[in-house]
Amino acid sequence: MTSAKLDARIPEGQLEQKWTKYRSTVPLVNPANKRSLEIIIVGSGLAGASAASSLAELGYKVKVFCFQDSPRRAHSIAAQGGINAAKNYQNDGDSTYRLFYDTIKGGDYRAREANVYRLAEVSANIIDQCVAQGVPFAREYGGMLDNRSFGGTQVKRTFYAAGQTGQQLLLGAYSALQRQVGLGQVEMFTRHEMLDIVNIDGKCRGIIARDLITGKLERHFGHAVLLCSGGYGNVFYLSTNAMGSNVTAAWKAHKRGAFFGNPCYTQIHPTCIPVSGDHQSKLTLMSESLRNDGRIWVPKRKEDAEAIRSGKLNPNDLKEDDRDYFLERRYPAFGNLVPRDVASRAAKERCDAGFGVNQTGEAVYLDFAYNTKFKYGKKEATKLGISNPTEEQLNTLGKAVIKEQYGNLFDMYQQITGVNPYENPMMIYPAVHYTMGGLWVDYNLMTTVPGLYALGEANFSDHGANRLGASALMQGLADGYFVVPYTIGAYLSNEIRTKPIDTNHEAFVAAENEAKARLEKLMGIKGTKSVDHFHKRLGKIMWDKCGMARNAEGLKTAIAEIQTLKAEFWKEVRVPGELNEFNPELEKAGRVADFIELGELMCQDALNRNESCGGHFREEYQTEEGEALRDDVNFNYVAAWEYISESNWQLNKETLNYENIKIAQRSYK
Amino acid sequence: MSGNMNITLKVWRQKNKDDRGRFETYPVQGVSPDMSFLEMFDVLNERLINEGKEPVAFDHDCREGICGMCSMYINGRPHGPLQGVTTCQLHMRSFKTNDTIVVEPWRAKAFPVIKDLAVDRSSFDRIMSAGGFISVNTGNAQDANATPIGKEDADTAFAAAMCIGCGACVAACKNASAMLFVSAKISQFALLPQGQPERKSRVSKMVAQMDAEGFGSCTNTGACEAECPKGISLSNIARMNRDYINAQFTSQQM
Repeated sequence: MTSAKLDARIPEGQLEQKWTKYRSTVPLVNPANKRSLEIIIVGSGLAGASAASSLAELGYKVKVFCFQDSPRRAHSIAAQGGINAAKNYQNDGDSTYRLFYDTIKGGDYRAREANVYRLAEVSANIIDQCVAQGVPFAREYGGMLDNRSFGGTQVKRTFYAAGQTGQQLLLGAYSALQRQVGLGQVEMFTRHEMLDIVNIDGKCRGIIARDLITGKLERHFGHAVLLCSGGYGNVFYLSTNAMGSNVTAAWKAHKRGAFFGNPCYTQIHPTCIPVSGDHQSKLTLMSESLRNDGRIWVPKRKEDAEAIRSGKLNPNDLKEDDRDYFLERRYPAFGNLVPRDVASRAAKERCDAGFGVNQTGEAVYLDFAYNTKFKYGKKEATKLGISNPTEEQLNTLGKAVIKEQYGNLFDMYQQITGVNPYENPMMIYPAVHYTMGGLWVDYNLMTTVPGLYALGEANFSDHGANRLGASALMQGLADGYFVVPYTIGAYLSNEIRTKPIDTNHEAFVAAENEAKARLEKLMGIKGTKSVDHFHKRLGKIMWDKCGMARNAEGLKTAIAEIQTLKAEFWKEVRVPGELNEFNPELEKAGRVADFIELGELMCQDALNRNESCGGHFREEYQTEEGEALRDDVNFNYVAAWEYISESNWQLNKETLNYENIKIAQRSYK
Repeated sequence: MSGNMNITLKVWRQKNKDDRGRFETYPVQGVSPDMSFLEMFDVLNERLINEGKEPVAFDHDCREGICGMCSMYINGRPHGPLQGVTTCQLHMRSFKTNDTIVVEPWRAKAFPVIKDLAVDRSSFDRIMSAGGFISVNTGNAQDANATPIGKEDADTAFAAAMCIGCGACVAACKNASAMLFVSAKISQFALLPQGQPERKSRVSKMVAQMDAEGFGSCTNTGACEAECPKGISLSNIARMNRDYINAQFTSQQM
């Protein structure tokens, strides 16, 4: 039974009709009234920038906040591989339903049907919109858009711009945003960090933000507040997220009444550059698109793995028969393109069994040699009319194609590792990449606090327990361009009589005083250990006990360790510099303090969920073949956690009803 | 400590925009060749914090060469000695042990220093607001394949669109000109059919804003292209100049 505190507000009717009908009946705000309604948006990534520009175009007064020096820096920029859309340009059988189905299945049957169907429906509009903005997607010679394949699907529906699709999409949204800034419809606040939301009479009415250059606290009123602040992967310290990515905005909202949905669902991405040493500050992703052409393997024999590790054997010299292409072996139907959670666990299994190929034993190969020669080299040779190409010709011709498709990724790999991936197989290992969990939202993307919305990675809504590749960009832009501009009408149409609230209101003053007291407390500890010291320790607890595999005992230990760490942090942290100046250490301290609290909730959630699903793998619950074993009788629900007091949360359940998809064990075999 | 390189850093320290600023020298020991340049700064900062001193402020975020936030001027070159690489992707294996490395902020009137190595690049955002877009509201778009775009044009537009807006071109230029940055955005749209309706007004407005921000003029030295971490081509500047002249002569705006 769904908790009485949760109303997902899913429209009635047939799945295919829900959104169309809803859009046609949702209350509207007339243009004159839009001008007097103010909307605050926190975060300027794909979700934030697209929402800001779209809402400003409609006539609302918008304020956007980002902690970076420009909205163009938001971490969406780093997304590499592509964006999914059910365009069926390839004539390979794609459809809205198939994208919907793949997403639900890929999420291991833990996402809400109506939201996902809507996402699939608007996906095609996103591509149209981006092309109209001048986003230079990859094209074929005839001038049409090109597509590639991503994990968990058997069609080619991924649009891309080399290995920097996120950059191009974000710059498109950023252009649209800057246009509105120029027109005076959006007021932009860069180098500002949101430190709290302000609730008045049960509704969210604004935020407290800190100007990161002067250190001053500011109060901002809004009729509605949209959090587009991204995910919380940096709770693990090492992740593919940007250094500044943080949970603070979402966490403050959580502590003011927004329930947190499925916090334990984290995505460990299979293809990242392995850790090289303890100085490491972040991990770098090698796009999933590489699995189109890269084959993942380890040696079949442990002796060979040992010889490779000690440098006695060059992997290029290991015979084809002595290689174990373990994804192709275990999952013949999807091969190297199984979803991320499945690929990550399979790599971990091989490395744990002693077949890892780098010095730490935690790496597998991603090898392009075969496709360079046989897929691309041959094709190019045929095009050129070379009937009996030599091995060298095949290599040269194939490499040119690989370079065009993935050049920037290969350069990045070489720069980081010092190894040339055109000549040697890449070494990769899973790393924290994305968080499916986030603030619980209803169909309108509104949290449990009226007037407070969460978009993009910051919400929990569309990816269930595992996100498919190229779907994050799709969701961020869907939420911002095509969902919230409609759904916000349901709320704001009732707010047209609300006059802007004076920011001297006691609720604003109280929230600012709390934020100030906390900053002063951080500055005043004057302990002996740096913020990073605590962040690294938190990361290690989370990775070891709440990472790719979890068990009840480990999670209980982790909770105790995190509580100890929290106490130590508030006694021992040292924040240098001053309160009222540009002070990056102070910013980090606040964020890490929030991560510590979040880490505890993630472990609580993982401990509560006595099943394995998607990215949440509990060692106690697996099939004989080591696949995730769901428990649909007891855990077919969204866990929405309500903050009660320190280290104390109340679990609320939203039961997931599958009316259109038959729920089954996922199989990619 | 994980490495065996010893480095001497001479780093620009400046409390805030009004401070005069000066170089400070810091020896950094135990540097690993696998560290990135910024990770070496992390090591230095950790030590400064432990010694009760103020760490060096610098901008950085994605640390994978795409967000454009990192911005150090290293031994007289923006983003350091390698071509096609941002500071965050520069690794210590590009240096030798016992090297002395001089690190400064971007220096340009239009990029005032905020603190130490961090500068204010909001002038770039204002240039974008002046015209760096195609005026199309959400929901107006036709089908994405309705207008075919030749692969060559699409690829050239993409090559210009790869600019990360870091400002290295400005820092490299003896005139602190922003022509490479501005021309990259103008070229991206000039090469695409979607960019045609506003082609003339775009170049006029963006150039006007660029001048208003206090960036210098271009004297075709080419330092910007040589130092650009994303290989943005000087030919974009030529295209912008052509478009600009064309716009000035043929504009119907009075």
